[in-house]
Amino acid sequence: MATLPDNPLVRLQDVRFAYGEREILRGVNLQVRRGQVVAIMGGSGCGKTTLLRLIGGQLRARSGLVEVGGRDVSRMGRSELYALRRRMGMLFQFGALFTDVSVFDNVAFPLREHTQLPPELIRDLVLMKLNAVGLRGADRLDPAELSGGMARRVSLARAVALDPMLVMYDEPFAGLDPISLGVIGQLIRRLNDALGASSILVTHDVHESLEIVDYVYFVSDGRIVAEGTPEDIRSSRDPFVHQFVNAEADGPVPFHYPAPPIAEGFLGRNAT
Amino acid sequence: MSGPLVVVRRLGAMVTDGIWRLGFAARFFGLMLLYSGQSFTRLHLTIREIYFGGVLSLLIIVVSGLFVGMVLGLQGYETLQRFGSGDALGVLVALSLTRELGPVVAGLLFASRAGSAVTAEIGLMKATEQLRAMDMMAVNPIARVVAPRFWGGVISMPLLAAIFTAMGVFGGWLIGVVFIGVDEGAFWSQMQNAVDFRYDVMNGVIKSVVFGVAVSLIAVFEGYDCTPTAEGVSRAITRTVVSSALAILALDFVLTSFMFRGTS
Repeated sequence: MATLPDNPLVRLQDVRFAYGEREILRGVNLQVRRGQVVAIMGGSGCGKTTLLRLIGGQLRARSGLVEVGGRDVSRMGRSELYALRRRMGMLFQFGALFTDVSVFDNVAFPLREHTQLPPELIRDLVLMKLNAVGLRGADRLDPAELSGGMARRVSLARAVALDPMLVMYDEPFAGLDPISLGVIGQLIRRLNDALGASSILVTHDVHESLEIVDYVYFVSDGRIVAEGTPEDIRSSRDPFVHQFVNAEADGPVPFHYPAPPIAEGFLGRNAT
Repeated sequence: MSGPLVVVRRLGAMVTDGIWRLGFAARFFGLMLLYSGQSFTRLHLTIREIYFGGVLSLLIIVVSGLFVGMVLGLQGYETLQRFGSGDALGVLVALSLTRELGPVVAGLLFASRAGSAVTAEIGLMKATEQLRAMDMMAVNPIARVVAPRFWGGVISMPLLAAIFTAMGVFGGWLIGVVFIGVDEGAFWSQMQNAVDFRYDVMNGVIKSVVFGVAVSLIAVFEGYDCTPTAEGVSRAITRTVVSSALAILALDFVLTSFMFRGTS
């Protein structure tokens, strides 16, 4: 298992979170080093997206430390949080593009909101970002005219419009065809390295992710149950990791929802 | 649990839920006022909403105003002539429209046409994570999306009510003077004498501003607070139309009882 340096960009320490009475995270510890692409994996509803929302400050941890750039996000006021978010980018699961404006205006949005740059310069910057994701020619299209993969790429261009220090991806591969999936995967890695940023991917897609990430955390039942480099993960003997990586139906994550023994279930019911 | 107890418990839950929601709405209103600066410093945001909420509602307002005025002309003349006061038709049409029908009917139409559209737009933006994306881009969605729509509605509503009233008076004139043959001089001069600018017109304007605030607040709150699903958005739209209509009618009664107490 790789050891991480002491000065990570993102650090979560014993983080607990609950929606009302329902506990989602039960003491999560993780770190993201500067320049790294880190994947957070786990089954649906295990709290992966909640982790991203905690790091982005959209949710506050019930206890524990959520630190970005050495500062505790949970203690920040709105203006401090917004100052931090200007240095973060986020790609949402289905792109979350603004549907009433063009692709160009979507990417220009953060630049127009947060900078005083003249329109010509904004135009050049937007076209550069779109060129980086291969969609410079689609700048006049409406989001409704884009395929799922293209929408994800536009959203990626928008997420990196302000050259962020941290980019977060919520299920970037969900619902994509194999070609789009490969394109998005390579873009995540290339943009991360080109910007000198750090990236956090929340995903189910094991094989695509292991190709591009530096480190992986597995979340289950609100805790980190396994972690390591892609090589560690591929060779792991941990039953949960093995089940997840090999997509096995039964294992530590059971196939059956908890139920009484089958004999009792059928015979008992017949007997009454 | 026995039947009556369940009913009492449900009633109690409904009341407390309603109070909670009212509290949320009040807090939301406060936040919106707090973040309203951008709606005026970046005026194009608000002007865009005036166009979508106000200008695009013109057709329904103009046509409805005309027909309401024409119906008032027919019904009013029919009643007035029984008492030999057919010439007072202008007064009846103008007072009904400036004091009541203008603000109320324009408010109801505005809620159905523009209020529902605002709720749907904000609700869908929420359902497709556009609001959350905006928030993650350090852009406050209340300041950028909600407040301009609110102020756009508040500014549009009195203007629409005024246009509705003007079209109604025109409709009344069309039926009364052009088709029935009421004396044109009497129609206009009696209207001019009987309608007081401060007492009748301004009170009507105040009503339309109050309705504009109520409808716009309900519309933006329902959109922002909706469950982010297709069904949630559709329920929110329904709630906007129903709550706005009830709010307009209830507020109209309260305002009327303060403004017009039978002294004139």
